[in-house]
Amino acid sequence: MNAWPLIGVAVVVAGFAMRRNPALVVVVAGVASGLAAGKPLGELLALLGNAFVGNRALLLLALTLPAIGLLERHGLRERARDWILSFRGLTLTRLLVAYLGLRQVLSMLGLTNVAGHAQTVRPLVAPMSEAAAERDAGELAGDERMRVRALAAATDNVGLFFGEDVFIALGAVLLIQGFYAQHGIDLQPLQIALWALPTAVAAFVLHAARIAWFRRRLRADAARRAREARDADT
Amino acid sequence: MLTLEPVYVLLGAFLLFAAVADLRAKRVANAAFWALVAVPFLFGKAILTASTAGVQWPAQAMGVGVLALGALAARAKRSASVPARDEAERAARAGNRLFLPALLIPLVTVAIVLACQYLPGLMAPLLDLKQATLIALGLACVIAFAAALRVTGAAPASGLHEGHRVLDALGWAAILPMLLATLGSVFAATGVGDAIAAIVEAVIPVDSRLACLVAFALGLVLFTAIMGNAFAAFPVMMAGVGLPLLVHRHGAHPAILGAIGMLTGYCGTLLTPMAANFNIVPAVLLELPDPYGVIRAQWPTALALLVVNFGLLWWLA
Repeated sequence: MNAWPLIGVAVVVAGFAMRRNPALVVVVAGVASGLAAGKPLGELLALLGNAFVGNRALLLLALTLPAIGLLERHGLRERARDWILSFRGLTLTRLLVAYLGLRQVLSMLGLTNVAGHAQTVRPLVAPMSEAAAERDAGELAGDERMRVRALAAATDNVGLFFGEDVFIALGAVLLIQGFYAQHGIDLQPLQIALWALPTAVAAFVLHAARIAWFRRRLRADAARRAREARDADT
Repeated sequence: MLTLEPVYVLLGAFLLFAAVADLRAKRVANAAFWALVAVPFLFGKAILTASTAGVQWPAQAMGVGVLALGALAARAKRSASVPARDEAERAARAGNRLFLPALLIPLVTVAIVLACQYLPGLMAPLLDLKQATLIALGLACVIAFAAALRVTGAAPASGLHEGHRVLDALGWAAILPMLLATLGSVFAATGVGDAIAAIVEAVIPVDSRLACLVAFALGLVLFTAIMGNAFAAFPVMMAGVGLPLLVHRHGAHPAILGAIGMLTGYCGTLLTPMAANFNIVPAVLLELPDPYGVIRAQWPTALALLVVNFGLLWWLA
């Protein structure tokens, strides 16, 4: 076994820890691993080029940007805020838990690209969450606003990851099935997929509880700030 | 029949538009950056075809381009986003109709994907079913853009400028997922996975089911965190620990071990900046001051789920 290519992992860890530009860190790590493994330069360059082209589907989300950018310039995010404010009972918890459940169900049905950070979180879910949080807790401190946004993005991730592949056999399930098939164990996709259900339920319950907890703390902090302001006045 | 290729070319054209607009604004580093990113979309098919045929220079030139992107990433400036007042004034005019084009992106994608799933006979002559989801997303974006132009009454060029504005705000973060996937390929080709599996095997006491399970679960999380992708970690940890030790030696149920093992890897995905498209790109998109803000918001969920998954593996598998 040649342990030298592990140097690429070390470069990544050190580069991220030192907060250098991540794109630069990743490119340097790839070159370091390749050279440490004794790959000739020409072969390494071809490997980089082919892999970069082969993974270009990952940038397809950029196609949403003209539509989203144009709508934002004309006030989409403001509108999303106002719309949420027109529903009285819609708290931050209800909004995000509903989104979590919806994202998990969509993801279970194989509709993973339907929502996402560029398509739904930035233009809709994040501003809606801010509006709901403001109604719940009053004016948000700068840092709180950022934490509400981050929670909206985290909710999208949890819903996507832990709904995936429960019923419909897609990427992950086929990868598992393919691995076992290569090693002489034959399984049906559904046989594998259904075992993802307990974790999916646990993910929903745990993350929903965290959202509710987050809202409680937000309200408690706001109430404390209001009390302090009142005390300062008198 | 519609393939993914025209969708790629369309994105390449948008990236070229961004490059030209940046060049006109004298932002040379940004212009060079987007021009290089446009190459795999405009010439990707030719590069891959040449490479399979044994002609390596186009792929090697692209490799040089990847190095240049790494060097340019730190120099290209990220621009600020729109002032909020502007938004508020216009929102009053366009009203709730603004939601329609935004919702068209998910709705059209769903409609096309479902049609391909349930009416394959009807859809097969129209588009390449193997790439249905991505083609659907591409079509949905075009339709939503047309609808957005109609609702806002903006000219197509100004629409593209707005898209370019968001693209420049994303900057290097936009291509980080592609670069990380490229790094994953380099790691795979240089045997990084085998080296890690060998280390794990060397340190655990193989007779203890608990030790094997701990090594399997933590190995999946750790390796996923390093690679930024559970799909890369899964085969390595399965081949190194899961199959030989847990299934063959300790009699674990393969389906349960596989399904919950993969989800254990996903806990690692929530924890790592290497999974850029889920953890770093949204931090940039939402203009969070802390690039690790999204990870901070989700690590407690990830760790709690790791414990749950470990319990499920222990009791069920």
